[in-house]
Amino acid sequence: MEFGTSGCLSEDGIHVDMDRLKKGEVNLGTSIMAVTFKDGVILGADSRTTTGAYIANRVTDKLTRVHDTIWCCRSGSAADTQAVADIVQYQLGLFAMMNGKPPTTQTAAAIFQEICYSNKDRLSAGLIIAGWDERHGGQVYSIPLGGSLHKQSYAIGGSGSTYIYGYCDANWREGMEEADAVKFVKGALAEAIKWDGSSGGVIRMVVLTAKGADRHLYLPDTDYQVRHN
Amino acid sequence: MTSIGTGYDLANSIFSPDGRNFQVEYAVKAVENGGTSIGIRCKDGVVLAVEKIVTSKLLKPGANKRIATVDRHLGVVYSGMVPDGRHFVDRARDESRSWRDTFKTPIPTADLANRMGSYLQAYTLYQSVRPFGITAIVGGFDSELELPVDGEVGSGPSCGAGGKDTSKKHGGPFLYMIEPSGLYWGYYGAATGKGRQAAKAELEKLDLSGEGISLEEAVKEAARIIYVAHDDSKDKEFELEMSWISGADGPTKGKHQEVPKALREEAERLARKAVADEDSDEEEEAKEGEKMEE
Repeated sequence: MEFGTSGCLSEDGIHVDMDRLKKGEVNLGTSIMAVTFKDGVILGADSRTTTGAYIANRVTDKLTRVHDTIWCCRSGSAADTQAVADIVQYQLGLFAMMNGKPPTTQTAAAIFQEICYSNKDRLSAGLIIAGWDERHGGQVYSIPLGGSLHKQSYAIGGSGSTYIYGYCDANWREGMEEADAVKFVKGALAEAIKWDGSSGGVIRMVVLTAKGADRHLYLPDTDYQVRHN
Repeated sequence: MTSIGTGYDLANSIFSPDGRNFQVEYAVKAVENGGTSIGIRCKDGVVLAVEKIVTSKLLKPGANKRIATVDRHLGVVYSGMVPDGRHFVDRARDESRSWRDTFKTPIPTADLANRMGSYLQAYTLYQSVRPFGITAIVGGFDSELELPVDGEVGSGPSCGAGGKDTSKKHGGPFLYMIEPSGLYWGYYGAATGKGRQAAKAELEKLDLSGEGISLEEAVKEAARIIYVAHDDSKDKEFELEMSWISGADGPTKGKHQEVPKALREEAERLARKAVADEDSDEEEEAKEGEKMEE
């Protein structure tokens, strides 16, 4: 398989984790995260999609629904992660119909992991699965490149995440109120966007609780202060 | 071809004009001749028991098990044609394995019953096969605890599961019975095989749907019911085989296991005593009856 060298740190000095992409492939050089809080989980992401140094989409939606209250954050190849999310969405829809009850976040994570692990040689997908279900409440699972599965209280991912390990470690608290958790996610992603060249654009969030999914949108021209949606 | 009967019983895939499938009905007859099997769902677990007719003195006592473990938390017992039952168990193991492969979690008892019901039903459709000559009783305990995903790295954080709905209970003991037609229902108490009528009558006397009985009581009742259902005059000697499944905090820790020898023997002693008492009561009643006539 032919891998291009453009996009590597050595060539244009911008990107850090693109060496797994094929030549010309669309990358989600990204900042993504998901955190648990008192009533459920929050997923957050920037909105930049790049092909090399070119911004292919500045308002991308990297938060993808796979079931009503189970969503994922996608990083890596846009094509690969969309394809995987599509398969899982189909599987979970089928599961819900056959069993007459919604799937759990674990079920979703297990299906994601199986696909990512068994195709590890061909995929470049770094995923964070977050969901709320009646039995387990809000949960966050991380599936990095090799296809391993990690249950976490919060997870960060994508190239921008390297800049916010310190921020998250210092500011994350167990059982936050919703407003505090939104503030935490927004603060972390704003830092990631500030420092990471391949992250940028708007901040998107999805809040998953017993009440369902609630989308947030924050724009850079108001310094991410005003909720637009 | 000889012209005996109506001809509607010659193949699976043919209905009789009044809407019956004779092959399936013949399979039910095969079940009705098998040793009695029962299952009891009580409040903290499930008990399975079977009456094994000793067909030869050369058979080693205690060998030749009839209750099978399908997954850690699932047991199956069946009446009818033993080889068919063995195949049923093989298939059930495949199904529970494939569920684990896909969903990384143990198969719920209801889902196994559903899949095996579908499997048996498929054997009523085609020329090339015959229906299963068994009725199977599937018992299981779906974990009430939160299980990690199989293959998850580390145990994960102890915190962070916010917004849980703690008002609802999950998991618990379940019991299903699957017939040769593929029909299955969930039960509090299930019985099949030769002594099913007597066994069902006894099961109905137990309070299983209300307050419920304890697992240990259920073991003793199961033994007694198998002894009551056994017809001394017609049948040969028999052996009792019993298994049980409790929750994580019970004696089997969520696993399907054979009932320990000591408890089984105690249950059998009580069963023999109960049956003997009943017999002598009947005799007394008969004697009293004679006195009345004098």
